Amino acid sequence: MIPKNLIHKQRRILLLLTIIIVTTCIISLGLGYSSLSYGRLIPTLLGEGTFKEEFVLYSIRLPRMVITILAGMALALSGAILQSITRNNLADPGILGINSGAGVAVSLYFLFFPIEANSFIYMIPLIAFLGAILTAIMIYMLSYNKVIGMQPIRMVLTGVGFSLAFSGLMIVLISSAEQTKVDFIAKWIAGNIWGTDWPFVLAILPWLVILIPLTFYRTKRLDLMSLSEPVAIGIGLNIKRERKIMLFVSVALAASAVSVTGGISFIGLLSPHIAKALVGPRNQLFIPIAMLMGGWLLLLADTIGRNIADPNGVPAGIIVALIGAPYFIYLLLRDDS
Amino acid sequence: MNRLRNRSIPFSLKIFSAIILFLLTFFISLKVGVAQLSVKEVFLALFTNHSSEQILIVREIRLPRELAAIFVGAALATSGAIMQGMTRNPLADPGIFGLTAGANAALAITIAFIPSLNYFGTMVSCIIGATLGAFLVFGISVMKKGGFSPFKIVLAGSAISAFLFAIAEGVAIYFKISKDVSMWTAGGMIGTTWKQLVVIVPFIIIGLIVSMFFSRHLTILSLNEEVAIGLGQKIMQIKVILFVVITILTGASVALVGNLAFIGLMVPHIVRAIVGTDYRFILPMCTIAGAMFMLLADTVARTINAPFETPVAAIVSIIGLPFFLFIVHKGGKSFT
Repeated sequence: MIPKNLIHKQRRILLLLTIIIVTTCIISLGLGYSSLSYGRLIPTLLGEGTFKEEFVLYSIRLPRMVITILAGMALALSGAILQSITRNNLADPGILGINSGAGVAVSLYFLFFPIEANSFIYMIPLIAFLGAILTAIMIYMLSYNKVIGMQPIRMVLTGVGFSLAFSGLMIVLISSAEQTKVDFIAKWIAGNIWGTDWPFVLAILPWLVILIPLTFYRTKRLDLMSLSEPVAIGIGLNIKRERKIMLFVSVALAASAVSVTGGISFIGLLSPHIAKALVGPRNQLFIPIAMLMGGWLLLLADTIGRNIADPNGVPAGIIVALIGAPYFIYLLLRDDS
Repeated sequence: MNRLRNRSIPFSLKIFSAIILFLLTFFISLKVGVAQLSVKEVFLALFTNHSSEQILIVREIRLPRELAAIFVGAALATSGAIMQGMTRNPLADPGIFGLTAGANAALAITIAFIPSLNYFGTMVSCIIGATLGAFLVFGISVMKKGGFSPFKIVLAGSAISAFLFAIAEGVAIYFKISKDVSMWTAGGMIGTTWKQLVVIVPFIIIGLIVSMFFSRHLTILSLNEEVAIGLGQKIMQIKVILFVVITILTGASVALVGNLAFIGLMVPHIVRAIVGTDYRFILPMCTIAGAMFMLLADTVARTINAPFETPVAAIVSIIGLPFFLFIVHKGGKSFT
């Protein structure tokens, strides 16, 4: 049913994006501290580098890049699903209160539980994930109406309310803490890619492996849901159930990303949008592009953020917001619905 | 219908009882606290030149703090009411519309680049920041032909807030001043001095008085833009004036106590339930009710976990969220 030339176009864009991502990775490797010179890259990859070169590549730079790209993909996919089920082009997983919920959970854990050197770093993604899921469930329950079911708009408004309240709570938590803890939490909230070791890849990869195929299996239903409610019901779609499932998928993806990167918004909003502008609104066509786009955007933001200030850099989430918000405004102005 | 019901109790009586209640709250908030004071001591502190340790506590610590609460509460509630009237959006609030975030960003930049700036300068920069944030949100919705639906304004506001908070955080992290900035934004009324009050309060008072003068125009504006034009209002002029008032009120409040979401949202809604939809009644009532609300919140913050302070922002957030949800629930249809 899909025109051939559109499919070809999608393939070309996917190829191009892959090339761009690889190029960005290579450029990023040569920048900043603990960098690898471009000439030594291929020998190191082939196993002929010095210990230092191998250490830099395999233990410092590569895991960070992999995590960044995966998190970007998860956020983009989450945003794409959310936009389809809410029929709102401006929905972003951050709006569901996921970032703020995870943020409060991490701050609470960080401030009030004894920190053990071994387990601490692996607990944080778990805690963040729990916080995000709990918040999403609360928002879902509060925006659910017995008669009409789940109302997307009400859900977004409830989410905004939660974000506001939680950021107030967070300020309070932070202000009572010590300087070093404050710095960590402030960076976490701002979306610093902090989980930069191979184990953290495991915190996010399983979700992607399970949920990406699931989403692709359901892209046609997503197409229907993004039309209008009567159409979807008329065609025989159990819209309430479908919406619930996809909402959970979306939340799980965003939560897993947030758990290793900290609060990052706008990626889930931007990438589906750009992808739709390129290949149109068919879910099976634009979702792969959106995912690669999300991965690349976050990688780019992290690269810029790392090099813009020494020695610790600026969190990627801030760079994303600085790029994302103006684009969002542009969308608001253009959107006619 | 509303009219009939409201006529049963005249507005003058309502505002009079509100003032009495307010004075009572003020007095209680001065008396209650970690250092328990007697009624007599509070009286002596307020109306005489006597001095003792207890009286000095009232005069130098509690009084400036409660005055700050009064003025900030009044300013936030009134500016929230004006915003709700102007935009005909039940969810309007300085926190939701990007003003607080703007003031925050300006605050972070000021602390980073001109750390030695005095209090007046800090306040001016907060006001400029609030103006900028509001301009972005309002400006965008004005640029769009026919304006935005309430729902989209909330979205635009949250996006702009995210943007401005990112700037604030970025600056804070880059210059390693996160703690200073968060101390300021979370500080609430703790440690307010007479010096700060003298600088900021005049601005708030001027803002409040101007807003009272324009309450009549605001009522007409809140009905319908066409009606307002038909009745011969200079819409643009009035909107600009009200806009300036909002930014001054919010900017000054952020400079004084930091972030406080939800007050500007809650108080006008409660007030509307009492005095109806006429802004000539709503605005003065909001001023008093906002002041009272903040006094109560601050007193609770001081006493609930004494001798430690519970930040007032936490208390307001905890009360504010259910309220926000209630409004969303009630007005569910008007947002689509």
